[in-house]
Amino acid sequence: MDSEDEFNSSQVSEDEFMMDADSDAEDDYGVDHDDVGFESQHTDIKPAKHAYEVDFKVCSPEDIEAQQARQVADTSSLLEQPPEATAILFRHFRWNKERLIDKYMDNRDAVLEAAGLSEEAASSPPRIEKVPGFVCDICCDEDPEETFAMKCGHRFCVDCYKQYLRTKIKDEGEAARIRCPGDGCNKIVDSKSLNLLITGDLKERYDELLTRTYVDDKENLKWCPAPECVYAIDCKVRDKELMRVVPTVHCDCGHDFCFGCTLDDHQPAPCALVKKWLKKCADDSETANWISAHTKECPKCHSTIEKNGGCNHMTCRKCRHEFCWMCMGIWSEHGTSWYNCNRYEEKSGHEARDAQAKSRQALERYLHYYQRYANHEQSAKLDKDIYLKTEKKMQQLQNTTGMSWIEVQFLDSASQALQQCRRTLKWTYAFAYYLARNNLTQIFEDNQKDLEMAVENLSEMFEKPVDQLQGLKVEMMDKTAYCTKRRIILLDDTAVNLREGMLDLDVIHEREC
Amino acid sequence: MSTGAKKRILREYAECQNDPLPGVKINFDEQNMTKWEILMDGPDQSVYAGGHYKLEINFPNEYPFKPPVVSFKTKIYHPNVSNDDKGSMCLGLLRPEEWKPPNKVISVLHLIRNLLIEPNPDDAIELSIANDYKTNRAEFDKTAKDWVKRYAK
Ligand SMILES: [Zn+2]
Ligand SMILES: [Zn+2]
Ligand SMILES: [Zn+2]
Ligand SMILES: [Zn+2]
Ligand SMILES: [Zn+2]
Ligand SMILES: [Zn+2]
Repeated sequence: MDSEDEFNSSQVSEDEFMMDADSDAEDDYGVDHDDVGFESQHTDIKPAKHAYEVDFKVCSPEDIEAQQARQVADTSSLLEQPPEATAILFRHFRWNKERLIDKYMDNRDAVLEAAGLSEEAASSPPRIEKVPGFVCDICCDEDPEETFAMKCGHRFCVDCYKQYLRTKIKDEGEAARIRCPGDGCNKIVDSKSLNLLITGDLKERYDELLTRTYVDDKENLKWCPAPECVYAIDCKVRDKELMRVVPTVHCDCGHDFCFGCTLDDHQPAPCALVKKWLKKCADDSETANWISAHTKECPKCHSTIEKNGGCNHMTCRKCRHEFCWMCMGIWSEHGTSWYNCNRYEEKSGHEARDAQAKSRQALERYLHYYQRYANHEQSAKLDKDIYLKTEKKMQQLQNTTGMSWIEVQFLDSASQALQQCRRTLKWTYAFAYYLARNNLTQIFEDNQKDLEMAVENLSEMFEKPVDQLQGLKVEMMDKTAYCTKRRIILLDDTAVNLREGMLDLDVIHEREC
Repeated sequence: MSTGAKKRILREYAECQNDPLPGVKINFDEQNMTKWEILMDGPDQSVYAGGHYKLEINFPNEYPFKPPVVSFKTKIYHPNVSNDDKGSMCLGLLRPEEWKPPNKVISVLHLIRNLLIEPNPDDAIELSIANDYKTNRAEFDKTAKDWVKRYAK
């Protein structure tokens, strides 16, 4: 086998991971560029490049298997137990090595007993037997040939026992913690008993599920939530850090998701904010429903305007008036420093005195952010639709003009950048909704505005006639690069401020009633 | 459904007949024994007193390895019964992860009857009704009794 080297190198990195996880390292995520040794030694761990990126590693099913085997091998000699028993002990302690060793050293017999590995269990292993006069309480069979019970004494006929295990494993996906079928009994069916009762494909499925429990039990591992994806992500960001870091990870299958909550990437908004925002949107969906309308009136001539593309820069077909779909304001003013489309202006002059005025103001404020949030979500879809149409037309064009495939790749990059930037923009509005005003909010809003302008400028290009696109290639590539750059700046700034605790996010207590 | 499962359902029906619950009647059809129709009277000491409730118990193919499925066919104002055309219940024994194959329908009937006497708002399917029950009992009682008159007479 040629895996000797791999084995050793991954062992080193695993230990490092464990050490980092154990030390109370509040600030070892993010931009620790001074940790050069870490970067140079472990090429399999992608080093973080930006403040908003976190260290993580994609693990294949084989990696996960190997990790388990190695931990078992390492601990086996310490416990003076064979690997098989060590694996059972590990699962019993949910792969918490420290707790296992502590408890084991503390009271070896009690631990072995609880995991179904006691001396007694070893000398009189569980067995299938016939018990004269026995009636199975599940199928009501009298005097079945084969019966089985664990030490708890809940005896059933073997057919029922097997059927019970099959249901748990096949239908409910349980493995390491299947309980005794006895009414009210919480004893876990140990692996010796399982081996006696299950065979063939069921055994295979069981082993597969055991691998899954390893990932579920480990705090630093999570399954990629993409359907059919078999990879897990190894990341050391802990739950308690999630107010200050948004750990977006990228699976090898192409899916970007948040390691904290496993939802789709939601940078720059922290998980708790996302959760709260989504709940608010669901609760207020009726109030906000009218927003998703595809048609609005031209602010100048009042003819009906329909939105087909993702771009928010609208031109009225009738009077050629150019305006912004979001705020209905004049488009030409959007690039200027004094124009505000993204920021919500609190009406400070006339204070809201009574409760009714207050709640109306709160609603207005919410709608301002919700509209922009929902609009970017919808625009991302429309951008994609337009891209797919464009791509199709380009392919036809390729066939007639002999353009080579690689020459239209820039469209694909542009489309992907747009999707990514709109996703970020969308969450900046949820973020801004909860952001308490201080001297840094202005910078956040400026970053937001700059990214938004960059995105709309790129998005607009997709609405150009297809035969012009080839000529716009360089411009489009520039705009794509600029969008990506603005996104990085926004995320970097926000991540740094979030980590330093410079931003006050009002997600603990509700802002309005 | 296996013959074993059928045998068990028959036996369970016989047990229910031998040890009947007060105010509970079972309509059992031997041709279709996986669907029981239950007629349950609202217990005297509850807000549902005077109401007559029709319920259905359906036995899945995997019975008794999976729990029976209970639904109220009569509308009822109760935190543990879904307020829709399904009238479903999903708590305690009736949850797949709680159900154990030796458990019997009779325990399920007991559970339902006890829930009519004392709802379990902490394991509710209807959160707003549960909230009503916990914070405004007088209002809850009034609505529940009102529904008895309207739907369960
Ligand atoms: Zn049996
Ligand atoms: Zn037991
Ligand atoms: Zn994946
Ligand atoms: Zn998250
Ligand atoms: Zn117009
Ligand atoms: Zn605008």
